[in-house]
Formats: sequence, C-alpha cells, structure tokens
Amino acid sequence: MIVADKKPVEEIIEYLKNHKNILILGCNECVTVCEAGGQKEVQVLASALRMNALNESKEVKIDEITLERQCDHEYLEEIRDVIDQYDAVVSLACGVGIQFTAEQYPSIMVYPGVNTCFMGATEKRGLWTERCQGCGQCILATTGSVCPVSRCAKRLFNGPCGGSTAGKCEVNPEIDCAWQLIVDRMKALDKLDQFEKLCPIKDWSTDRAGGPRKVVREDVQQ
Amino acid sequence: MRLQYPTNIRIVRVPCTGKVDVIHIMRAFEKGADGACVIGCLEGECHYNTGNLMARRRVEQAQKILDTIGIGGQRAKMFNLSSSEGPRFAQYATEFTQQIKEMGPNPIKLAKNKAA
Amino acid sequence: MSVKTPSKLEKILSEGHLAVTSECGPPRGSDPEAITKKAELIKDHVDAINITDNQTSVTRMCSLAACIRLKLMGLEPVLQMVTRDRNRIALQSDILGAASFDIHNILCLSGDHQSFGDCAQGQNVHDIDSMQLIQTVRYMRDEKKFLGGDEINRPPQMFVGAAANPFADPFEIRVPRLAKKAAAGVEFIQTQCIYNLDKFEEWMKGVRDRGLHEKVYILAGLTPMKSVGMARYMKKRVPGMDVPDEVVQRLGDTPKEKQAEEGIKICIESIERLKQVEGVAGFHIMAIEWEEMVPQIVEKGGLYPRPKVD
Repeated sequence: MIVADKKPVEEIIEYLKNHKNILILGCNECVTVCEAGGQKEVQVLASALRMNALNESKEVKIDEITLERQCDHEYLEEIRDVIDQYDAVVSLACGVGIQFTAEQYPSIMVYPGVNTCFMGATEKRGLWTERCQGCGQCILATTGSVCPVSRCAKRLFNGPCGGSTAGKCEVNPEIDCAWQLIVDRMKALDKLDQFEKLCPIKDWSTDRAGGPRKVVREDVQQ
Repeated sequence: MRLQYPTNIRIVRVPCTGKVDVIHIMRAFEKGADGACVIGCLEGECHYNTGNLMARRRVEQAQKILDTIGIGGQRAKMFNLSSSEGPRFAQYATEFTQQIKEMGPNPIKLAKNKAA
Repeated sequence: MSVKTPSKLEKILSEGHLAVTSECGPPRGSDPEAITKKAELIKDHVDAINITDNQTSVTRMCSLAACIRLKLMGLEPVLQMVTRDRNRIALQSDILGAASFDIHNILCLSGDHQSFGDCAQGQNVHDIDSMQLIQTVRYMRDEKKFLGGDEINRPPQMFVGAAANPFADPFEIRVPRLAKKAAAGVEFIQTQCIYNLDKFEEWMKGVRDRGLHEKVYILAGLTPMKSVGMARYMKKRVPGMDVPDEVVQRLGDTPKEKQAEEGIKICIESIERLKQVEGVAGFHIMAIEWEEMVPQIVEKGGLYPRPKVD
C-alpha cells in the first residue's frame, strides 16, 4: 500500500491561517492502514484545529468527512453538494488523493495533511517499510523476489557492494542489505548459481526518469 | 472508603483504559475541561494485558498535540494504581487538581466565553 | 598475457613484474599544485597513480581533471569512476574525455553512499552499477561502439580495473563476485586494504581454485597505520574493513611516538608475506594524506627500482 505519515500540526495550522470554513477529508484505505489519514486521524486533527482556533480567538468551522478513497471519481462525487460551503480542504489521503481531489474541485484550495512516503507493507503495527518504487519492469523473478531497486540504497543490480556488513547496509545499520537478503533467499531456494549471472543494464525509461507514466487498458475501457 | 478528594473531578468509567483513545482526551478539552487524567491499573497488571500501556502512549500523543496548539500538554496525565489503593487515588486526585489550579483554566473556556 | 592497450600498467603486469600503484586524493579546491606536489613525491616509486572520485562522497576536484594533470606531467594515471554521481551518458562522455588525453587505465566502482559525505541531501544516480560500467568500457573499447549502438570515433583504449573486498559480507560470495567481474570483462583488481592476512589468503585460495588469478591481475591493497587511534577507527567505523585485534594490540602496545614507524613495519611485513601468495600480481599502496611514506614502503618492501617499459 502507499505509506504516508502525518504532517506536523503546526504546518497545517500555518496553511489554514486565512481560512474560515475548512473540510478535513480522510481516506478509508492505505492511510487508514498506516494510521495517518483515516477517520480517527481526521477526528483528532479536527479537534486540535478547533481548539487552536478558539485559542487564537478565530471563528472557524471545521467539518470532518472520510471517503472510501480519493483516487476514484465516484467517491469524490459524494462531496459535490457540500463542497461550496468550504474555502479550504485538508486532505489526509496520499499525494494521489490530494491531487485528484483538487482536480475535481479546482476552485478550492486543497492542502496536504500527510507526507506521502513510499509503497510498502506493514511489518507490524507501527512499522511500515518500503518495498517497491514502481520501476515498471519487475525483475523479482531473477533476484529471489527481493527487489534491489527499492531495497538497495545504491539500487545495484549486481551487488552487494563492499560496504555490506553483517547483513546490514553501510548507510544505516538498521537497514538490511538487500543483496544479503537476495543471497540468503537464493540459498534457500537452492539457486545460488543464479547469483553469478550478470544482470543487464536497466531500462529506466519506464521509471520516473521517462516522465509521468500511465497504464492503458483498452480492453476494459467503456 | 469515604476518603476526601476534590469535588471537581468527574469520573468516566471504562472497562479498561485501553478503551480510551486520543480523540476522547481531545474532546474533553474541546468541551472545556481544565485537565484530563487517565487512571489505569499498575503496569504489568492490566486485566487485558496491554490496555494500560496503549493508554499511556495515547496520553503522550495527546500531550504533544495539546502543547502544539497552546493548551498545555501537562493538562493530560496518566496515573497507574491498583483498584484497592483508595488513599493513593485520593492523593493523586488532590495533587493533580492542585497542579491544574496552578496552570489556570483551560484557555478554550475563556475563548469560548469571549466568543459568546 | 599479451597487452590489449597502450597502458604502461598493463605492460608491466604482462611482463610478469610485481606492479606497484598508489593513489592521490584530489584537493577540495581548484589548486593544481595539490595534485602535482603529491605526484612528485611518489612518481619514481610507482607504476601508476589512482585518482579517487569524490571519495566517501566528499565533493572534490574531479578525478578526470586531476588525471589529465598527471598525464601532462608525463605520469601514468588510473581514472577512478563511481556510478553514484553520473548517468550512462556522462560516464561514456567522461571516458571519451579521458581517452582524448590518452589516459589508459580506469577503475570502475559503485561509490560510497552520499550520506557519508558533505551533500547528504543530494540525489544519487546509479543509472548503471560498477559491473555494468566494466561491461560498458569493454564494449566501447572492443566493439568500438556507444551503448546506444553508434560507432565511436577514436574509441578509448583502456585497461579496465575494479575493486574487490575480500573482507565484506557475505564472505561466501566474495569469490563468486570476482568471477562475475571477470565475466563482465575486468582485467585488473585492486583490493581493499589488507590487515587480516589469513582471511586474504583464504580468499586467494578460492580465487585460485577457480583459475581467476590467471584471468585477472590482482593487486593487493595496503594502507599503513599511523596510530592506534587510526586502527581503532578503521576497525569500528569503516564498513567492509577487517582489522584484527592483534594489529590494534600491537600498535596499542607501542609508545605513541613510535606508532607510525610500527605501522610502516606492519605494512612491510605484509608485503613480504603477500609476495609469497600465488596470484598476487602487485600492490596498491593507499597512504592517503601520508603520500610521503610511499617511497619508503616501496624501497623497504624490496620493490624499488620500478621496471622501465617503453
């Protein structure tokens, strides 16, 4: 899922300083799972903003809505009838949802309430780690299902580098060395001979380097 | 035990402090409470194992937010005691009340009165 | 082995001599004398001089410019190139720039992560990795083409090297990794500096078992210790470095004013032991900021004078 982290309240207060009618818009999917932008987080943020406004003797209206997700037109339509009451929206969805909301409602300011971080998984509650960077040409079949693009700090295709120490990355001893993981996995699969196959130079044109991307499926278009 | 403790404490009973979430503490202050304390079992003795540990972390989260918005994180506090420790409850209640009195009223109350 | 390039280093190795290389770190500024002075100190005692490429991600004068400076002095440079900072266009471009000055040696590396250096907030590139860079140089030299397929006008004639670290983890793939580099086309290797001679010999055995010492010239890396503090620092803080307790102990037991001398002694003893190891084709002496000791080490290690080749 997409993993995000809450923005500091001070930053959001600063965005909203000239607004009076604010909608806090949450999302029920990824940001709920990583506890950054779901209904609970919407409630707490709204409460904090209300108290802050009172403290600063400002009169503001702060409403709370949590949509199923903000990356599909049909859910964003659900606020079509009420959006005109507000002069600002703080979206707690990931960067995708924030932008899509703004595209649907271009005449209202949509502020980000979270910092969107990466595509990752829940290792345990409270710990989410990166697994994928969307390079567009998945090579997991040749690396024992461990991704060197997202998990190696130098995205080496023929690693490990000389800095790998006791299975950890030279950048940070808490980060696993991706190539140690690949070697271990290949050993477990009895495929260590694959390790010596040279991985060819990557085509990065399907990565962000090639420009903003899209996926088109004409067979399912209406 | 019929011990004396300050009359300005409103008690909300929960089956375990693990049920208390950040929003409950936030709402208390939104509605004008001057202080909010979460009183749970001694650590290690929670009937549901970790309820009181989660409560402590949520109190800490609320404290951070309350500090940021100028209410004062010290108005929220976690206490741990055993249900048989009547005198300790009275003691904590008295100390906490004293502490809040020194901090003054919740600024929200004043702001609300001014707005009204 | 016959030579494939005009490289003086390749010639010396192919004639069976033990080669000696050393390295200079470029300055954190634009003063050319910072390079020329260091080079003057060591030029008669080494066959080729490496110029590091923004080592430990600390921004310095680029390796290419410093190598050109060496070339203009009539010396033999080894261009170190990391893949951290440049994409494949820039890498091929710099290789041609070096070739235009007839620089004939290149060392292909990944590079330390930028978080170690002075621009920790910068992007890193890693468009291709060090093994793919080895393949690229060989392709440009032997196929005479750019990666994109077009012909190169006056292709580079470079002797291709890479680094090897017998002391990094996991140990079990360190020999296969060398085999991989050999398959990619590497022709010479400079190893990480050696303090744990037992482990190095174990690695060399694995190398010989696979016949890699006959495909690739291996230069053993050495760095003299200046003090027990340096030994402790390298043991604890430098990733991929193996400094045995005995070495730290030996320096620790030496009085402070004699520690540098003891460090040189350890270095000379290592040279003598490594001369006996089959497959070691030479030495790469890295005395960073202590270049003045290189002549002494080379002479006491019985490696002076250097062979003359045309």
